[in-house]
Amino acid sequence: MATEILMPALSPTMEEGTLAKWLVKEGDTVSSGDVLAEIETDKATMEFEAVDEGIVGKILIAEGTEGVKVNTPIAILVEEGESVEDAVASAPAASTEAPAAGAPAAPTAPAAAAAAPAAPEVDESPDYPEGTEMVTQTVREAIRDAMAEEMRADGTVFLMGEEVAEYQGAYKVSQGLLDEFGSKRVIDTPITEHGFAGIATGAAFGGLRPIVEFMTFNFAMQAIDHIINSAAKTLYMSGGQMGAPMVFRGPNGAAARVAAQHSQDYAAWYMQIPGLKVVMPYSAADAKGLMKTAIRDNNPVIFLENEILYGKSFEVPKMDDFTVPFGKAKIWRKGSDVTIVSFGIGMTYALQAADKLAEEGISAEVIDLRTLRPMDLPTVIKSVMKTNRLVTVEEGWPQGSVGSYIASEVMQQAFDYLDAPVITCTGKDVPMPYAANLEKHALITTDEVVAACKKVTYR
Amino acid sequence: MAARKSTQKSNVSAEDLTKFYREMLLIRRFEEKAGQLYGMGLIGGFCHLYIGQEAVVVGLEAACEEGDKRVTSYRDHGHMLACGMDPDGVMAELTGREGGYSKGKGGSMHMFSKEKHFYGGHGIVGAQVPLGAGLAFADKYQGNGRVTFTYFGDGAANQGQVYETYNMAQLWELPVVFVIENNQYAMGTSVQRSTKSPAIWKRGEAYGIAGEEVDGMNVLAVKEAGDRAVAHCRAGKGPYILEVKTYRYRGHSMSDPAKYRTREEVQKMREERDPIEQVREMLLTGGHATEEDLKAIDKEIKDIVNKSADFAKASPEPALEELWTDIYA
Ligand SMILES: Cc1ncc(C[n+]2csc(CCOP(=O)(O)OP(=O)(O)O)c2C)c(N)n1
Ligand SMILES: [Mg+2]
Repeated sequence: MATEILMPALSPTMEEGTLAKWLVKEGDTVSSGDVLAEIETDKATMEFEAVDEGIVGKILIAEGTEGVKVNTPIAILVEEGESVEDAVASAPAASTEAPAAGAPAAPTAPAAAAAAPAAPEVDESPDYPEGTEMVTQTVREAIRDAMAEEMRADGTVFLMGEEVAEYQGAYKVSQGLLDEFGSKRVIDTPITEHGFAGIATGAAFGGLRPIVEFMTFNFAMQAIDHIINSAAKTLYMSGGQMGAPMVFRGPNGAAARVAAQHSQDYAAWYMQIPGLKVVMPYSAADAKGLMKTAIRDNNPVIFLENEILYGKSFEVPKMDDFTVPFGKAKIWRKGSDVTIVSFGIGMTYALQAADKLAEEGISAEVIDLRTLRPMDLPTVIKSVMKTNRLVTVEEGWPQGSVGSYIASEVMQQAFDYLDAPVITCTGKDVPMPYAANLEKHALITTDEVVAACKKVTYR
Repeated sequence: MAARKSTQKSNVSAEDLTKFYREMLLIRRFEEKAGQLYGMGLIGGFCHLYIGQEAVVVGLEAACEEGDKRVTSYRDHGHMLACGMDPDGVMAELTGREGGYSKGKGGSMHMFSKEKHFYGGHGIVGAQVPLGAGLAFADKYQGNGRVTFTYFGDGAANQGQVYETYNMAQLWELPVVFVIENNQYAMGTSVQRSTKSPAIWKRGEAYGIAGEEVDGMNVLAVKEAGDRAVAHCRAGKGPYILEVKTYRYRGHSMSDPAKYRTREEVQKMREERDPIEQVREMLLTGGHATEEDLKAIDKEIKDIVNKSADFAKASPEPALEELWTDIYA
């Protein structure tokens, strides 16, 4: 049976081209792989190879013809003993089965419409039963305990990173874990972030639940390709067949006097990535409960800790299995005049500001987001519907900040409830300086949060 | 740890030879068909064909046992077919249809099969190298005796993460075979233009990793080297490197005018070294098969490939709801 040879598309964008030169003539026998013609696209001249074998029965488009549309028949291939006339008569019609062109119809975005919302559904259940016995713990101990509990419960959980085992952690977060779990499950790596982030991601594909400690998140920039391209996207790219159940954790943001390369807050970076979950706890109880949830989660979780918070003590519920769900903000302080939203160490400034504001008769509601992806916007919006004013607080930079995302969502979802523009309090738009006075200035301060709250309440 | 010359004479059975012939031919015909569908606009984006390199995966798959894993780059169609994935599902992924391995959401460069232990299909040059070592890490952790084949190109071999991985793989004695598919070009850059130390496998020596160079146009040589590599890994001796010298006949991707090499160079490879022709010769001269036998195989393969193309055209585009699924587990 005869086959039509069609004008090929030779690049992702080609629609037509010039049939520059035929390298075969009528009557020639060709087999698969033989170069038939040269075709000029807008970018280059390319050779066009035969796919089928046969005899060139008829050339339909002469060489030198310009503007030949993709999929136009350019020649007919016949079999031994078949005449061209028969072939032409029996040749199938040119293929018209190209897929529907263009983008699919725009799907309805999951975000709520701009119309003034009904009060959003908010989960206000307590994190633990009232009357639960509490113990005082540092954030550092809480994270360690969470990892230890999950490692006891699940043999596939292991910890790897620089200095996590014998040295007991650069910030002593993994204290005691090597003793309890041994070197098979608490693994010191060489200084090779890109490599071990990739190995851990592969191990997660292979059925384990790695916890990867970055000595600090500043060094995870070397590993970010695996975090995003390998860990976060594989579930989607595989049509749901395999993903990376794992935790990337470590201190994030400014410590003290370590200057530009050791002081960056990555909250806004990771928060942008579909496929990742992003946690940034403030208290020890949340650090513990969220870490346990993170280790059990079947997705890659970015767990942003803070060196300054490690040594801070909080009350932690004494329970056999205390977990905190993702996507549930915590209201630390009820108030009626202004909503302050923060997370991680930003909560320190938010809570201090609320105290100061109270002295001046301004009642601030303080919300700790706890997780940035998923983000509990309903709790923020519900609060704004009450206070009509919003201030966000974070240490990261202003452009593309977490606060600017919250501000834009609140504007779109609760515009009618705002009595003042949202103010986003952030770190200054500079690399972190070393000098003590400059560093203080570069960071967000409690006074700036107080000033912002006064501004939105017109006081 | 010295480079070993692969033995040419081999006590391979007629059955194995026929199997190699069939598997390599399937890849070649499948890729030709993919090229054709690309030309018709049915496949979009980047599409990297494996034509010329068939002996590499076919030889190494013959060294695998059930449960062994593999991971590779975007030039992945051959690996998927060789490990037993369904040509229909692969082709339908190329056309971006619901019946594809990733429901049309991955495309040519990003395909996976948990069932066949194929872990992708990765578009970032070199990223699959630590991922493969990680799969081997999981196997060693679980003590299941499995080996992971981690394939990467001569170009990828210049990525830093490869050497970070070598170091840890040897330190932790991971059961991983690093397969450098040296097809002599990374897009338009020849090996000679990207490194002064062209024996790429020897870079493993710096980390204490054993390895060898292999004639990648000879499927029997590849299989034998694969057996050595697997034996090394299964014995708990850690990773092994195979630098497989091969050649891609087609452009880097479909839209490559290939001006960085001469037509004669390609033609010479095809005529003198073609992996499929070599096996065909062995089958015929060894009296293992007749022209008719081989014609029958050709026909059988053509039918499989045509069926996959029909399936890939008929399978519907994914439902719009698929846009929002598989983001979180
Ligand atoms: C990190 C990264 N850099 C660049 C590219 C673009 N790119 C895709 S393939 C390729 C060449 C790779 O050549 P090689 O590793 O030899 O593999 P081959 O294509 O020959 O199989 C390049 C530069 C990429 N995909 N990822
Ligand atoms: Mg190459």
